[in-house]
Amino acid sequence: MSTNRQNGPKGERPKDILMRGLLHENPAMRMMLGLCPMLAVSTSVTNGLGMGLATTFVLICSEVVVSLLRKVIPSSVRIPAFITIVASFVTLVMMLTKAYVPALDKALGIYLPLIVVNCIVLGRAEQYASKNGPGHAALDGLAMGLGFTVALILMSAVRELLGAGTLLGFQILPPFVEPMLIMVMPAGGFAVLGLLIATSVWTERRLKRNRESLISDHPTHSQTLCAACPLDCGIGDPDHEDCVNEDLTERLEAAFDRANATLKERDR
Amino acid sequence: MAQYASILFGMILVNNFVLVQFLGICPFLGVSKKFDSAVGMGLAVTVVMVLAVAVTWPLQQLLVLWQLEYLQTIAFILVIATLVQLLEMTLKRFVPSLHASLGVYLPLITTNCAVLGVAILTIENGYDYPQSLVAALGAGLGFLLAMVIFNGVRQRVEEANPPAAFRGMPITLLSAAITAMSFMGFSGVVEHLFGV
Repeated sequence: MSTNRQNGPKGERPKDILMRGLLHENPAMRMMLGLCPMLAVSTSVTNGLGMGLATTFVLICSEVVVSLLRKVIPSSVRIPAFITIVASFVTLVMMLTKAYVPALDKALGIYLPLIVVNCIVLGRAEQYASKNGPGHAALDGLAMGLGFTVALILMSAVRELLGAGTLLGFQILPPFVEPMLIMVMPAGGFAVLGLLIATSVWTERRLKRNRESLISDHPTHSQTLCAACPLDCGIGDPDHEDCVNEDLTERLEAAFDRANATLKERDR
Repeated sequence: MAQYASILFGMILVNNFVLVQFLGICPFLGVSKKFDSAVGMGLAVTVVMVLAVAVTWPLQQLLVLWQLEYLQTIAFILVIATLVQLLEMTLKRFVPSLHASLGVYLPLITTNCAVLGVAILTIENGYDYPQSLVAALGAGLGFLLAMVIFNGVRQRVEEANPPAAFRGMPITLLSAAITAMSFMGFSGVVEHLFGV
């Protein structure tokens, strides 16, 4: 991952920050961060939602404080300082949960204090909040937290529906459908996450392939394009090593531009 | 003695930290590709876990004495971070060969939820001091066992040719699911063996 994409320019628009947290750099589904709580508490939607909101709160608060103190904290001790800040907010969340939602506190158990070591929180503090102003940092915390919450809800919905036949505690599947207990067991957690990521990769590849077939079906340019294409596999060959690469679209677009330039020169 | 054995094997097999309790997933997925690094990481985690619990258990007694239990999370994570740093410096100074093989994994361990997890779990389970140390040793060995087993599984998966959408992380997670399924067979075994 390139650093300039991580930190973003100073004048980044709020919409970009939100989209980045929710989609492009979704902490759980894209960056593979915070997998421990993701797998552990996603047995029911209520738990997933509670964990997601708790993490979002800690993210926003600690990013703002880190951002405000970014010029005071010497860089040699920044990691312990960040950990202390995050741990204070986690303690706050633990006390609030214990006081007002004791059932959630019991369900999340040890994973609530473990937000301290969630790589998302420390990662964002280090990569974003320590380099940007408090406003941007708060928005980034919100975006990353929501991205994590959405991923958690998605995963816990699948697991709760298949494993218990309920959603948010309401019976959804008809009673004659036997719930698959394995889905709420640890093994089911790994499997559901694997399948979710595979689905998102598959969808992305599908969209990409449609785009490619649009290019290659273009009546006038198709022949020139194939000749100018730097790949020896032809366009959109999914079985070829090079075509599996992430940057295929970029390379195709570059080839397309080159082909256009050649055409223009020939016309002249 | 049976009680300690029950805690030790319970932590290794029944409540395996990685495959049953979902603690320390990041190093489990990240460092398990090569056999040497899987063993190195597992050993480093085991050492840090035992040392961390050796310090956090007495610390918790002090916190209770001073009625400062709410500071548990902050105190534990700072102690673990300091401990890891000290361990790295000591190894570098006195046992450079060990530092060369384990040292690279030490900074990664500070934010490993398995270490903080075992420190909090021993308190929540109400273990006394020797029991806590045995539990920490079991948790570490369980982590090591999971790393080694999963490394073997992964080396087979690397040679396989899954559908394109499953390449990389998805197939790794699915093989972790099957490995976790095998550990489900251990539930109840330890209680029957040691009769605790």
